[in-house]
Formats: sequence, C-alpha cells, structure tokens
Amino acid sequence: MNKDIIICGVGGQGTVLASKILAASAMQEGNTVHSAETIGMAQRGGSVTSHVRIGGEARSPLIPFYSAEIMLAFEPAEAVRNLKYLDKSGVAVVNTAPTKPVTESLSPSGYESAVMTEYLEKKRDCIFVNSREICKPFGSEKFFNIIMLGVAAGSEKLGISKDTLLSQIKKRVPEKFVEANIKAFTAGYEAGQNAGK
Amino acid sequence: MKEYVMGNGAIALGALAAGVNLVAGYPGTPSSEIIETVSKYPHEGVHLEWSVNEKAALEVAVAAAYSGARALVTMKQMGLNVASDPLMSAAYVGVKGGLVIVSADDPGPISSQTEQDTRRYADFCRIPVFDPSTPEEAFAMIGDAFDYSEKYHTPVLFRPTTRVCHAYASIDVPDSFSPVKYEGFIKDSKKWVIFPRLSYINHGKIEERNKEISDDFSAYEFNSVSGGGEKAVITSGVSFSYVGECLKNSSGVKLIRIATAFPFPEKFLLDSLDGVKEILCVEELSPYIEEQVLRIAGKYHLDIKVSGKLDGSVPHNGENSAELSETVINAFLGKSSDTDEADSDMPDLPVRPPVLCAGCPHRASFYAVKQAVKGKKAFFCGDIGCYTLGNAMPLDMVDTCLCMGAGVTMAQGFSYTHDDAVCFGFIGDSTFFASGMTGVVNAVYNEADIIICVLDNSTTAMTGNQPHPGTGLNMMGNFVDKVDIAKVFEGIGVKSVVTVDPLDHSRAVEAVKKAVDESGVRAVIFKSPCIAVSKPQGKCLIDNEKCIKCKKCIREIGCPALVAAENSVVIDSNLCTGCGLCGEICPVGAIGGAKSE
Repeated sequence: MNKDIIICGVGGQGTVLASKILAASAMQEGNTVHSAETIGMAQRGGSVTSHVRIGGEARSPLIPFYSAEIMLAFEPAEAVRNLKYLDKSGVAVVNTAPTKPVTESLSPSGYESAVMTEYLEKKRDCIFVNSREICKPFGSEKFFNIIMLGVAAGSEKLGISKDTLLSQIKKRVPEKFVEANIKAFTAGYEAGQNAGK
Repeated sequence: MKEYVMGNGAIALGALAAGVNLVAGYPGTPSSEIIETVSKYPHEGVHLEWSVNEKAALEVAVAAAYSGARALVTMKQMGLNVASDPLMSAAYVGVKGGLVIVSADDPGPISSQTEQDTRRYADFCRIPVFDPSTPEEAFAMIGDAFDYSEKYHTPVLFRPTTRVCHAYASIDVPDSFSPVKYEGFIKDSKKWVIFPRLSYINHGKIEERNKEISDDFSAYEFNSVSGGGEKAVITSGVSFSYVGECLKNSSGVKLIRIATAFPFPEKFLLDSLDGVKEILCVEELSPYIEEQVLRIAGKYHLDIKVSGKLDGSVPHNGENSAELSETVINAFLGKSSDTDEADSDMPDLPVRPPVLCAGCPHRASFYAVKQAVKGKKAFFCGDIGCYTLGNAMPLDMVDTCLCMGAGVTMAQGFSYTHDDAVCFGFIGDSTFFASGMTGVVNAVYNEADIIICVLDNSTTAMTGNQPHPGTGLNMMGNFVDKVDIAKVFEGIGVKSVVTVDPLDHSRAVEAVKKAVDESGVRAVIFKSPCIAVSKPQGKCLIDNEKCIKCKKCIREIGCPALVAAENSVVIDSNLCTGCGLCGEICPVGAIGGAKSE
C-alpha cells in the first residue's frame, strides 16, 4: 500500500498520538512507514501537522502537495491551511468546532467556522464532525483524537483495519483510560460509517 | 528488533550500537531527543549527562576521547557557537577514542535564532562532517563517524537538520548494547597540551590528512550518483529526499549526492561530472557544496555552468521542500511547473503565534514587573527560552533577545547608556546555569545598576522539560544537591536578593517595587513550577452576575484560557490551571474558584 495521510490541528489537540497510532497500525499490517511532525516552538498553541507516509516509495519526510489521500483536520481553519497537501480526489475529515487563537480575543478578525467549512466543501469531499457535540458523553475533549481515528476508520478511506487500530490504541494509552478510548473510537467509527453512506 | 523511532532516536541508538561510552549535551531544538533516547534504552556503563552548556559538554567529552573512550556530544547549531572554543582547539590536538559532535541545523529557521550551517564549522575547524538525509541513514552514519574519528584521530561533526531529526522511521535496533573497552589516558604533554609549536606542526599534518580523507570519502557509500545525462542536480541532506521525490519519474538527469561536505570528496565529484555540462545545486542553508563545485570547476578548468543559491536559482533562506525542489528543477530542465489550484476564494486564516501556556508562571512574573514599573522608563532584556514569548501582546515585556545569557549582560550595557531607565535582565533557571552566572559576576565587578529577574520554573521548559542543576535530578538517574540560585547570587556578592511566588501577585509587585527603589545589582527570583511539571491547582470560574464584561482580564494578560464570547468572557476549562492571575486583575472580583477543586 502507498498512502499519504495528513493530520493537522492546533498544539495540544493530540494530533501526535493520533499519528503515532496510525503509523504503528500501518506497520502492524506489514507496511513501511515514515512520518514527520512539527514540534518545538510551533507546538505551543500554534498550527501543528503530522505527515504519515505509508509505503516504501515515499522519499520526502513531508507529503508533497496534492498527494495525501486523506486528511484528519482537528480544526476547520487548519484544514483550509493544509488543504494543499490533500489530493483533489482526497477526503477530508474535519472538526467544525474552531479553536480560536488568543489574538482573536484581543482583536477579533471575524474568523468563523462556517466560512471555512463552506470553502472546504467546495474544494474536496468532506466528512464533518463537531468535537463539542461528539465529545459531550465523555465529559472532556481529551479523547477527540481517538474519535477522529474512529471516524476515518468508519469512513473506510483509511485502508487500515478497525481491529489493528484498536490493538494499537490499547497499547498506547494509559491502562485506566483504555476503556474510555475504545468507547471514543467506537463512537467515531459509527459516525464515520454513517457519513460514508 | 524493528523500532519506529525519530531521527534523533536513530542517532542515539546508532551511537549505542557503536559502543559509545559517554554522552553529553545541552538541550536545544531539534537535537534534544538524542540524549532522552539514550536514557530510555539500556545503557549500562555509559556516562550520560545534560551538561550546563555545550562548551562544558564538549570539554567533558574531549577528555573521554583522550582516554580512548567513544564520546558523543549533542547540541543545536547555535550551541556549536558556544562549544566552538574547545572544538577549534580539539581539532588541532586530535583525539584517541572516537569523538562525534552532533550539531543539528534548523533550516527555516523553525525554532532558532539563526540559519547558520554546521558544514561551515567543519571547514573552519578542518574536521570531517557527515550529513544524513533520513533517520535510517543517520543510524548507519553515526557509526561511520566514530570509525572515521578513530581512523584519523580527529573530532568529527555530524550534521542532521530538523526534518531528519524529527522524521520517524523504522530502525533495526540491536537487542543489546555494550560500550567499547578503552585503554585509558596515557600522559604525553607533547601530544595533549596545546602550545603554539604543537599547533604549527599539527596544522600542517591536518591539511595533509584531509587530502587522504577526501580520497577516502570519494569511495564512501553515501556519496552517490545515479542516472545520466548532460544535466546534473547535486544535493545533500534532507534535500536529497526532496529531489529524489521529484526525479522519481524523470530520466536524462544525473543525481549526485554529497554526504560528506568536508573534506570534500573531490575525486568522486570529478568522476561523477563525466559528460555533465550544467549543474543545479539544491541544498539548505549556505551554498557550501555549490562553492566547492565552483572551486573544483575552476581548479580543473571544467566547462560547466553551475547554478544554485549564488545565481539566484535557489533561495538563500528558508527550508527546502519537495515543491520548492520541483520548481527549481523544472526551471533547470526547461519544463513548465503545474500551477497551484486557483485559491483566490480561500478565506483569510487566523495567525497562531506561539504564546505562553495558560497558567504559565512567566506570565505572572512579567505582569508583576510591568505593574511595578508603571509610569517609569524601563528596558526589558529578554533571553532564550519559553519566556521569549513574553514579547507578545498584550504583555509586551521583551525589548531585546540576542542569545543565551545576553539578557543579564545587555541590561548592564543599557544601564551605562541610559541613566534615566530601570534596566531589567530576564533569565530562566536553565539559561542562568548555562551562561547567566558569569554575567552576574560581570555586573557586580563593573558596578552595574540593574535588576536581574530569574524566571525559575524548575525545568528546561522550551526544549521539553529536561532537568538541570537547580532540579536536583541528573541523567544518571540520581538525586543530587540542588544548586540554589539565591545562594549563587549571594556568593557572587549581590546584596539584594529576594525570592517570590509570581502567582502571589501583590507580593510579587511589592518585591519588584522595592528592587526598583534600590540601586546596584539586585536580583528577584520568581519561583513557580512550569505547568508541564506540576499539577493544576484547580479551575477558575467567572461569576456572570458580578462580571461587568470589561474584558480587562483578556486585555491585560492574554491568557489562552480566557476566551471572549458574545458579550461575555468564558474560561476554557480544558486549558485553565487555576493559577488565579486573572482573579487578581478583575476589578470587581468576579473570577474565583482557583483552589476550589
């Protein structure tokens, strides 16, 4: 399998763990995997991206423009910012709930989620999820990264089996949160299945 | 066993596989995870340390290498400036055991002050440099670097860049590691004591030796050539991966990769240039290879057109990418580039400048100083660390930032040029140990009139919370006596030293006001742990009955947990740590509940 997956969001949303689980799952299924993350100063409240490249043909650590088959966007404006990585026939899984930067509180620029989602819909096939709503039963948005993996898996665009992803989630989250994470994944999976229909 | 590791992890594991005996370094993005990886794998018999700075790390390692042991030193590129003094001299003296200095460059720059190029240091110091293009190569090449160091008795530089350091790949890791056995230090003052006579003799030997290394490198497996034609692209480091991506489906182009920029593999290049009439150099940072190609073309009267950074074909600044490589290569080959999709209707995107975290004690420290000097002329000299972010609005509390330790000393400079200003030097705890202490001695000796604010959050936060001498934990896993910053000030002779909790706002403001009223060298130590190494105190809550929607809390401190909503302010409970600073600012006492959980 040769497949590029771009993950984007804002520092603190758990994109790094999501990319690690994806990479480990793809490897568990026998693929060669490379990935790269933006970390360091850019991580603190800034835009973050993870580039997951499945398959031995990949050379560059970053995905070339218009090469990713799927995008997991944890934030609508970040989806727009990184859309250039997504193939024109690719699919974007997008959180519609915005994370507004501090500067937005100081001097509002009128950044609205709807403007972003309308643009995204015009450009690509999109599956929209709202983190605030889907996370309500969990009492915290801390599991949203796992939910996003579930949505992507449920939409059947990921090319990685549900069981493999679940086994990697079990391996990589603290034991006391395994059950909650499985529930989160399942909730996302069902949402993804419905969206894919 | 296959392990999926970061490039920095591959470097660490490659060094362990090469039998390294000692690893020392100072944290700095993108190099920090090398030492952290060593600490996570079995490394019995290896001395591992975060040194106080890069110069100390290299000097510790030089002695190990004189003993015949294998030593690895890690740092970011600007750390090499700090370590350049011992590096230059060690290059003259030479080593017995392998000494490899990893200096991670940061094209972009993504998290650095400069876009300097470690390959220039290799040339400057006349020592070999290795330039991996992937984590897999880094794993293999670090072992080669040790072998070359021992074969030619010289320190060796190893230069990954951010995209190699932070890329992940699967590495075949040995099941166990064992440090090499070494002879120990054999006294020989003619060999180990640098004197003008020794430097004179060794200088000549080094230049002769470098010719041999150049020949040796000409046969090195990672200096490679593929394809054919009259046009050639010459590249190095991660750009080799980008160019490879672009040329995957191209024919009629030669691809030459230089993995050892110094001593330049001259014979290899000459052989590779057979039949070539035009060259494009695609590299990051400086046009080092391009200059070497031009030098060789001149030396051998080659009729070849060379393009790259020097003729404007490739940008001088910023990092390369697959897209940039494609654009410059298409121009070189006379092909047209696909234009980007029309995005004239793309909405404006929010900028996300990095900010101090919600609950960060630095915010409270800066705000206390800001309140204490209200109405007075004051200069705020910042330094390197998370607290550089104190420059952002609305705090606006960093007037200068130059390099590690410069906050303390630049404040002194301003005190001599501005009698009418209160001059502050801000410095973090790790930076204080790295290069702040000598600046304090300078201030006391030269009678400066300054206030040094130590922002002590009990960790090296910016680079990922590494321990330091003030934390009492070292990388051998031992708890040792903490070096007490207040005692350091007292020992140096600073008469006015006060320690305050920045989250105790009124006391913190009083402490600064008192220091402002004094003269000479004064120190205010703001002590409160980084939110990444301490438990949240609770959550703050806004009483909507009391809140008058003035938004003063947002305007004054710019905490990311304070969010302006429709006609109100809300606290993002996912971010709030209950530090309570906003409660101190609220004019009507509408924010509370910090310690309620």
